[in-house]
Amino acid sequence: MSTPTPTAVGTATLALADDALVLAQRLGEWAADAPVLEEDVALTNIALDLLGQARTLLSLTGDEDELAYGREEHQFRNVQLVERPNGDFADTIARQLYFSVYQELLYTALAAADGQTAPLAAKAVKEVAYHRDHAEQWTLRLGDGTEESHRRMQRALDGLWRYTGELFAPLEGLGVELPALRAPWLERITAVVERATLTMPQGPDRTPWSAGAGRQGVHTEPFGKLLAEMQYLHRAHPGASW
Amino acid sequence: MTGQTSDAWPLWEVFVRSRRGLSHSHAGSLHAPDAAMALRNARDLYTRRAEGVSIWVVPSTAITASSPDEKDPFFEPAADKPYRHPTFYEIPEGVKHL
Repeated sequence: MSTPTPTAVGTATLALADDALVLAQRLGEWAADAPVLEEDVALTNIALDLLGQARTLLSLTGDEDELAYGREEHQFRNVQLVERPNGDFADTIARQLYFSVYQELLYTALAAADGQTAPLAAKAVKEVAYHRDHAEQWTLRLGDGTEESHRRMQRALDGLWRYTGELFAPLEGLGVELPALRAPWLERITAVVERATLTMPQGPDRTPWSAGAGRQGVHTEPFGKLLAEMQYLHRAHPGASW
Repeated sequence: MTGQTSDAWPLWEVFVRSRRGLSHSHAGSLHAPDAAMALRNARDLYTRRAEGVSIWVVPSTAITASSPDEKDPFFEPAADKPYRHPTFYEIPEGVKHL
């Protein structure tokens, strides 16, 4: 592999930052709205972990506030999976399962790769291991729970499946071969899904129009609303602080 | 809905051992569907500001507590027996760590 250009490294770091930032914002929407108080705290705790990762990663590429609050939709490089709406609790858990297993594998690889993101990855992989555990625990309970929870969890896994292919599209400048992570990812997801008495989704893991689209700045419709909510304060009062 | 869910989930008592503490102390209680989730909820609710290094969760129903009605027979007799406190002894010189 040839040495990546500094621009490519910056773009790859920004992509990871945006994944964490956007998912943090999505999970934050559960604040005061989760099925139970305990889960409210669990989900927003995960959101805060991700926000911390996003801040570190954004700071590596520029001014974090400017990047988080000043960019427009097409400038964000996150995968479409993380911007998908929370839906019901099963939808959120399915998204968490797909993403946290991926992120744990990715951070483990990054920590060993010795790039500029290695220190962050080495620290954050412990946080992500907990996120993954949380998602697994709930997948098992919803899948192997009541008839309704089983049905909803299966629907959630199926519905988000077509956003998972994008996770493993090559990302120049990352220093990690993302396509190589798909096999271990699939193995882990399958193990959890089967233990939860659920069925692995069968359809394609990407659609022609969405393959790698988020990484190119093409996002799904709900993303605009998320961004508007995240950015309006900064846009209305630039430089506002506590 | 929230009320129903919480009612269906049993209550757990949480004990946390702090970084320098020798024993677990009661931190509070929470709802969880089972012991494994109770442990995770406890982690999120009671140790997120680095309060602990070990957690126990116990079903609240497993705890037998003294009743407020029994307070006098239980605890009153101890109140007027100061000689049970080891304050009447002079500490011999040279005894350390006492």
